[in-house]
Amino acid sequence: MLAKRIIPCLDVDKGRVVKGKKFLNIEDVADPVELAKRYNREGADELVFYDITASNEERDIFLDVVESVAREISIPFSVGGGIRTIDDINRVLRSGAEKVSINSAAVNNPDLIRQAAAKFGSQCIVLSIDAKETAEGKYEVFINGGRKNTGLDAIQWAKHGEQLGAGELVINAIDTDGEKSGYNLALTKAIADAVNIPVVASGGAGKLEHFSTVLKEANADAALAASVFHYQEIPIPELKEYLQKENIIVRR
Amino acid sequence: MIAIIDYDAGNIKSLQFALDKLGVESVLTKDPKQIQVANSIIVPGVGAFRDAIASLNNLGMAEVIKQEAAKGKPVLGICLGMQLFYETSFEDGEWEGLGLLKGTVNRITDAVKVPHMGWNTLTKHIDNNLFKDIPEDSFVYFVHSYAVGGNYEKETLVASSQYGGIIPAIVQKDNVVGIQFHPEKSGAVGLQLLTNYLEMIS
Repeated sequence: MLAKRIIPCLDVDKGRVVKGKKFLNIEDVADPVELAKRYNREGADELVFYDITASNEERDIFLDVVESVAREISIPFSVGGGIRTIDDINRVLRSGAEKVSINSAAVNNPDLIRQAAAKFGSQCIVLSIDAKETAEGKYEVFINGGRKNTGLDAIQWAKHGEQLGAGELVINAIDTDGEKSGYNLALTKAIADAVNIPVVASGGAGKLEHFSTVLKEANADAALAASVFHYQEIPIPELKEYLQKENIIVRR
Repeated sequence: MIAIIDYDAGNIKSLQFALDKLGVESVLTKDPKQIQVANSIIVPGVGAFRDAIASLNNLGMAEVIKQEAAKGKPVLGICLGMQLFYETSFEDGEWEGLGLLKGTVNRITDAVKVPHMGWNTLTKHIDNNLFKDIPEDSFVYFVHSYAVGGNYEKETLVASSQYGGIIPAIVQKDNVVGIQFHPEKSGAVGLQLLTNYLEMIS
């Protein structure tokens, strides 16, 4: 039986893991390789690294981090942040990542998803969507780290992404990000029910129940979180034990 | 020395790192001579079938892999690498594979989410050395949209997984071994499987 996945997310800035709230107020947390090793040991199912810097010089530092992580862990991980071209994707995959996560660049150039899926296979192309509720029940896609509203409907964009060849969606709910009040269930469910590719819920995890709710009620295939894991507010072994008791299939 | 076939696609580093951890020397190569002198060949995963088989043909590696496999050299295909061992793939068209194993590669049914992505359990069919010290129902990491289809030789099936039907997960025919999931990314279970393979070929 396919297990639901628990995915710690590591935002990396200049070679360090940082934690932002609603994409602002960046705080330093840890060394990415050490944190990745800890998660590997604790039974995380997958990791996500977002490179939140953008300059070329910092990009090379980040690729070194990717390679060091790949050397140290034996679980899959994806990499996102600033990926704009086929060459960027190639470099990230060749540094040891399983998947790449594309966000703003896909909105600016949807054909990137199609080309990337054709070249590397859909299974390694993740479309990451930052969505915000702009009117009652209406979610729009934001880019550039949550700063710019594209006016695209999030559910339509998710479906379009699937058609273009994305193999997975990460749905980041901007409104709940960093609030620890739970995932955005309505948004996650609307997208999970609209597509036939795996959906990763992101933004808002604060308690054990938030994970079971989004995996059960919102049909998410995986739940992503950052600070609750980084600061060990929710240890992964405890979370897995809890989810198993809730009759959710997890890898233990 | 193990030759890992370099066909310009996907994540090969993780596999090299896993072999490093297990203390085995490996080389990433496109050089037919290096493939000939290696004591085992690994065809790694990730990528699209059409591009992969075209690269293998264009670089002259397809012929070498077939010749070496025919001589009895152990060859291991991982994920797409395993799929390349079969006769035909229907990934975005119809493409001829290496034909080391009988069968076709087909898209996973849309009755389930495709790709098949994440940790799934293994069911053992043959108790051979490849499965040594691996508990039944162990979770391993899959990420693929295509899988070996209904007309493969059932006696080659070492282990399978369930996802919209049966997914051949480990297959073996003499010196040819295919693994559909990623042992290099499947935690301790994956490393044990690679260890078993390395013991088998040494």
